Amino acid sequence: MVIDWNTFTPWSALAGGALIGVAAGMFVLLNGRIAGISGILGGLLKPARGDVAWRVVFISGLLLAPLVYALMAALPAPQIDAGYGVLVLAGLLVGVGTRYGSGCTSGHGVCGLSRLSPRSLVATAAFMAAGFVTVFVIRHLLQA
Amino acid sequence: MNLVASFLAGLVFGLGLIVSGMANPVKVLGFLDLAGDWDPSLAFVMGGAIAVGTIAFFVARKRVVSLLGAPMRLPASRDIDRRLVGGNLLFGIGWGIAGFCPGPGLVALGMGEVKALVFVAAMLAGMGIWELLENRVKAPQ
Repeated sequence: MVIDWNTFTPWSALAGGALIGVAAGMFVLLNGRIAGISGILGGLLKPARGDVAWRVVFISGLLLAPLVYALMAALPAPQIDAGYGVLVLAGLLVGVGTRYGSGCTSGHGVCGLSRLSPRSLVATAAFMAAGFVTVFVIRHLLQA
Repeated sequence: MNLVASFLAGLVFGLGLIVSGMANPVKVLGFLDLAGDWDPSLAFVMGGAIAVGTIAFFVARKRVVSLLGAPMRLPASRDIDRRLVGGNLLFGIGWGIAGFCPGPGLVALGMGEVKALVFVAAMLAGMGIWELLENRVKAPQ
């Protein structure tokens, strides 16, 4: 394990992380809900009365964040190396997996660990481990 | 008021993802690549988020209704089962092959990235497939 000091950004990572914590914290304190993005989005596929608007506005907030950020500072461009086929496969796996596993990085990783949920700890360990192994296989075994 | 709070929570969450660099799949993959040039940033993002989140959830745990009067809807399930582990393993594989999880995928879509649109569309399709499979399992014989 060699830390790449050229790409490591501890301060912006901590600051951005704290903002994410503020978002999750205000959501549970004000709305009484878990800021779990896969669950909020997935719930829209089976809409129930009175259960749609809050999901739509939360997702709208996420989608509009780049616009608001751009009003304050230059928006960093993401670098997406994966090709279209890989993105489709990744999206399918993330979609099916997060619904079977009842959460993702936000619901289990941020909210679940913040409320000391053993279930979320297992979930986070599982997706982290799978992520580490997948990148190892792709970059170092297949050298793709 | 609840809807305004919901919008602001989504907005601040998205800003956090941009500030932290996590809306960029290259940063996420740099974290997941333990054997390569490792970028520990994602661990610091999680640390920052959980440090703040722990305080909020500690307060939230004791409440019956939210500050805006909504019922507290905290997950009741405590089951650690095959669905939880299997689902999250699948999610982790998908996360590892492209560097996108749901939040960053949506934020990158908001940046107008066509590739993020493809990812989000496939993710919605995946969620739809789960919905169909669930309904089939639950349907009366």
